[in-house]
Amino acid sequence: MEYIIIIIGAVFVNNIVLAQFLGICPYLGVSARVSTSVGMSGAVMFVMTLATLVTFLIFHYILVPLNIEYLQTISYILVVASLVQMVEIILKKVSPALYQALGIFLPLIVTNCAILGVTILSVREDFGFNLLEGVVFAVGNALGFALTIILFAGIREHLDLMDVPKGMRGAPAALVVAGILALAFMGFANLV
Amino acid sequence: MGQLQNFTKGFIRENPVFVLLLGLCPALGVTTSAFNGLGMGLATTFVLVSSNIVVSLIKNLIPTKVRIPSFIVVIASFVTITELVMEAFLPALFEALGLFIPLIVVNCLVMGRAEAFASKNNTWSAIIDGLGMGLGFAFALTILGGLREILGAGEIFGWSIFAGDGMLVFVLAPGAFIGLGYLVALNNIVKKKLDQNA
Repeated sequence: MEYIIIIIGAVFVNNIVLAQFLGICPYLGVSARVSTSVGMSGAVMFVMTLATLVTFLIFHYILVPLNIEYLQTISYILVVASLVQMVEIILKKVSPALYQALGIFLPLIVTNCAILGVTILSVREDFGFNLLEGVVFAVGNALGFALTIILFAGIREHLDLMDVPKGMRGAPAALVVAGILALAFMGFANLV
Repeated sequence: MGQLQNFTKGFIRENPVFVLLLGLCPALGVTTSAFNGLGMGLATTFVLVSSNIVVSLIKNLIPTKVRIPSFIVVIASFVTITELVMEAFLPALFEALGLFIPLIVVNCLVMGRAEAFASKNNTWSAIIDGLGMGLGFAFALTILGGLREILGAGEIFGWSIFAGDGMLVFVLAPGAFIGLGYLVALNNIVKKKLDQNA
């Protein structure tokens, strides 16, 4: 039951994009078409879950015993960067079809602050997650990212056909739409 | 390009937030008040200038193939310094900015300037570029923070402007997106006017 609460909390209540403002760059950058946003969501889910698993172990079994928690930022970003590189190489060999689908999105993920943000959040003391809860938290956040970016891409495809005032075309209109979407997600507040 | 132009380009013409749309996560996440926006902007400026200096100094030492990981380590070191200094001397601001301080590492603006400018230019130009871009970022965050603070709480830098509660939605998440959307549109218009006069 508590795993379901973690997932619902991450997807709807504290949505990673619309409530916590993480991963805005891919959210605006690759949301022009539904198909690309699906690819990006897949890549995020893959890397976020793996990265949280690895950094969780590093934090609790290397950084804490050695008393060097202040190296968290440096070690995490290196782990995420090398993990992405490794996933790319393995995927190319093992599953060329999946590599084709996620291909161009994988390198972009290194600078996706959603990944680093979730890995840092999942070891926070006030959450007190164990390993499995941390991984479930990462999956929930990835699902939340997928839900919002696919919804947003669907709206933006329709927005292309609308007669938007000249000054508002492109980024400004997309940002206002994101704001309205955030307003809708506020309806989920206090759900859990 | 003269140094003055190198410095001023970050404010309107190539403003990192309004034009290049870089570093939007902190721009939206911390701007609940003008003070928080300014604090985040100055912290990012420090990291940006420091990493620009180091990157421009070591640009000939690192092989091209491993330049991106090397830049990340340089940036992450300065972010850790900022984090520790801020926790010691500005605990209230540290609390307010929270997760977004370690996330300066993945601010595309810092990485972008290291890759696009500092790794190709001399140290002096890199400092000016870092200062201009960083202060342009701080400028954008302060304006967005100020707008949200005035509309949402009726205050600016904690000074009361009008009595009453204001529109709460501007302090909450949706106000960040909507406020930034209109500011980007406004900046587009200003930029167009400047281009016509030039």
